[in-house]
Amino acid sequence: MSEVDRPTCRSLLGLLSDYVDGELSEELCQEIESHTTECQNCRVVVDTLRKTISLYHETAAESAEIPVEIRTKLYKTLNLEDFLKR
Amino acid sequence: MIEIDTELSIEALRTGDRGEFARLVDAYSGRLHRLALKMLGNEPDAEDVLQNTFLKAFLHIGDFEARSSLSTWLYRIASNEALMLLRKGRPETTFTDSLPENEAESLADPVQFIDWCCLPEEEFLNAESHAALDRAVQHLPETLRIVFILRDIEDLSIRETGQVLGLSETAVKTRLLRARLRLREELSGYFDERMKKRSKA
Repeated sequence: MSEVDRPTCRSLLGLLSDYVDGELSEELCQEIESHTTECQNCRVVVDTLRKTISLYHETAAESAEIPVEIRTKLYKTLNLEDFLKR
Repeated sequence: MIEIDTELSIEALRTGDRGEFARLVDAYSGRLHRLALKMLGNEPDAEDVLQNTFLKAFLHIGDFEARSSLSTWLYRIASNEALMLLRKGRPETTFTDSLPENEAESLADPVQFIDWCCLPEEEFLNAESHAALDRAVQHLPETLRIVFILRDIEDLSIRETGQVLGLSETAVKTRLLRARLRLREELSGYFDERMKKRSKA
């Protein structure tokens, strides 16, 4: 996203979500890839955006289980205590 | 999204079968608790949302229309509950009429260009960086936050996220991109500091 490349950088910004999700056409992917070989700032934005999303995916996997004490409280509130078993 | 609806009997739920309802709670409480916690940022509020979601589901299961999936329906109740709690005491708004600020304007230019991907893996896995990730989500405006959580934490598709929130796929995509770019900016600030600290150490 250097000053020189500004119009291209701006137009690519709107495509980045679809790009990192693998939902862009091959043609657009090539356009982004050829731009990021030249433009270091855009390359950093793409790489760190991808890393950001992958970090959240990892933490999601770690927090999928409900803590036991909260589950117990929930079952009591819902009058489902007799079904409390893991 | 992991689809577990088929294992549950809607008929049994409609007739008030408590055992089936317990199975529903067991199947969805982990994901709905995570959604509420990420949305609200504190455990007591997350628990309230979780309880209210299941109480409402129990009460309104008769209104559930099988053409939408049970998980979409539950996510919708939970998202509404979370947003209602966040908006308590504020003028009433809905998902569709409360656009995130500047939505009509063009995307903000990135300002952080530090490449922090090369940090050692332990930097990303510790409690401090997890807290930074959670903080960044809390800093998102709530209309972006809920889209990001449904799509990138709960792993719903763009279409499913739109169904939960009553938004078009285009609106979901726009909000998701904004949310992701904002998170990238904030995390770049945090990990840039970490890089500086490491180089001084």
